[in-house]
Amino acid sequence: MPDLGLEVLLKGKNMMRLIGGLGIALKISLISVVVSIPLGILLGALMTWKNPITKAILRLYLEFIRIMPQMVLLFLVYFGSTRAFGWDLSGETASIIVFILWGTAEMSDLVRGALSSIPKHQYESSEALGLSKVQTYLYIIIPQTLRRLIPLSINLITRMIKTTSLILMIGVVEVLKVAQQIIEANRMASPNAAFGIYLAVFLLYFLACWPISMLAKYLEKRWK
Amino acid sequence: MAEELLKIEHLTKKFEDNMILDDVSLTVHRGEVIVVVGPSGCGKSTMLRCINALEPIQGGTIEIDGQQISQKSKNLTELRQKVGMVFQSYELFPHLTVLNNILLAPTKVQKREKEEVKKEAMELLDRVGLKEKADSFPRQLSGGQKQRVAIVRALCMHPEILLFDEVTAALDPEMVREVLDVMLQLAQQGKTMVIVTHEMQFARAIADRVIFLEGGKIVEDADPDTFFDHPQTERAKQFLNVFTFENVKHKTAEEN
Repeated sequence: MPDLGLEVLLKGKNMMRLIGGLGIALKISLISVVVSIPLGILLGALMTWKNPITKAILRLYLEFIRIMPQMVLLFLVYFGSTRAFGWDLSGETASIIVFILWGTAEMSDLVRGALSSIPKHQYESSEALGLSKVQTYLYIIIPQTLRRLIPLSINLITRMIKTTSLILMIGVVEVLKVAQQIIEANRMASPNAAFGIYLAVFLLYFLACWPISMLAKYLEKRWK
Repeated sequence: MAEELLKIEHLTKKFEDNMILDDVSLTVHRGEVIVVVGPSGCGKSTMLRCINALEPIQGGTIEIDGQQISQKSKNLTELRQKVGMVFQSYELFPHLTVLNNILLAPTKVQKREKEEVKKEAMELLDRVGLKEKADSFPRQLSGGQKQRVAIVRALCMHPEILLFDEVTAALDPEMVREVLDVMLQLAQQGKTMVIVTHEMQFARAIADRVIFLEGGKIVEDADPDTFFDHPQTERAKQFLNVFTFENVKHKTAEEN
C-alpha cells in the first residue's frame, strides 16, 4: 500500500487544528448567511416593485457582484479599502463583508424569482374571495414563495461554505490554510502528507455541506 | 320584479388609449341569471373583473346591493364577499388541500367557526360529487374537478351574486358537462349569476337574459329565445352563425 501520509493527521494537534480551521470557515459563512438572507429577502421584494429607479439600482448591484469573481471582490475589499480609505480591516472582517455583499445579491435574485413565479391570478383569486392585501400575502403568497425559496437558499448556504476556501488568499487561516501549514511543516518527515491532509479537508467540507444539501433535497421533495 | 342586486351605470374602462368598455349599463335583479356572450376581445371578461373591482375603472359606477364598489372603496373586502368569482384557470391555491382552499376565506375573512364551515363545505363537495377529494391537493385533480372545487370555494362565502368567467374554456369536452351541470343546479336554486361563456346551448338553457357585447358596448339585451332565434342586429346574426355548420358531405351527396 502506498504511503498516503495519513499518520500526519494524528501527530500533535493536527486534526484539532483542521477542525478549528473549518470552524473559522463555518463561522464566516454563518454570520454572512444570517445577515444576507433577511437583506436578500428585503432587496428581492424591492426588485418586484414597479419603480424603475429602484429596479435599475438593484439590477446594477446584482450584475456587478455576479460578474466579479469572488476572489477579485475579496482583494478589492481587503487590499483596496486599505489603500483607498486607509481602513485596517482584518481578513475575517473583509471576508464577511464580501460574503454578505455576495450572499445578499444572490439571495435577492432567488427571492425575486420566487415571488415573480407566483401567477398574478393567485393574488386576484385571493382578493376576489375578500382577503385583504395582508391576508393575501400571509396565507397565499408567502407560503408559496417559501416553498420555492427554502431549497434554493439552502443550496446558496452550501455554496457560501465552499467558497470560503478562497479567503486564505487574504490571509485568513481557515481549514485549507491550516492544511497547507501542516503539509509544509511535515515536508521532510512525511513528504506524502498532502494526500492524507487534503483528503481530511475534503471529508470535513463534505460533513459540513452534505447534511445541508440532504435537507434541501428532502424539503424539495416534500413540497413538490 | 325582484330587487336590484347589481347596477352598472355608464361604465367606462380603458387600457391606456384602448376603449375596452364604452358606456355599459346593466341591471341584474336578485335571482336572475345573465349570460354574456360576444366575440373574443369584446370586453366580457373585463366587465366581470370590474364588477369585482379587480380592474380600476375610468368612468361610471357599479353598485352591489346599493353600495358602490371600486378599488377605492373603504369596505372593499366586505363588498367583495358579496361577489363570488370563478376563473377560467380555476386558481385554486396549490399549497392547500381542497378542504383548506374552501375553508380559508370563510374562517379568516368572515371569522366563522371552523367546524361549522367544514360541515357546510363537505355538504357542498358532496353535492358536486367530490366529497372523497377533500384532503387531496389541487394538483391531484382533473380540470373539471378543480373547477367544481373553485365553485364550492366561492359558494362557501355565501355570495349574493356569482360571476363565472369562461369557466369551461380550458376544459376537455367531457369535463365541460360536469361543470355546467353544477351551474344549472345553482340556477335552479335561484342563485343570481352573471356568466361569460362560449357554450351557446348552455347559455340558452340557463339564461334569463342574454347580453351580447361587441366592441365594449351592449348591442343586444334579450331573453334567450329571442336572442338565439331572432337576433335584432346584423352583428349578432353574424356572431351566432359562427356556431352553426352546414353539412358539407350531405350537400355534395345530393349534388351527385
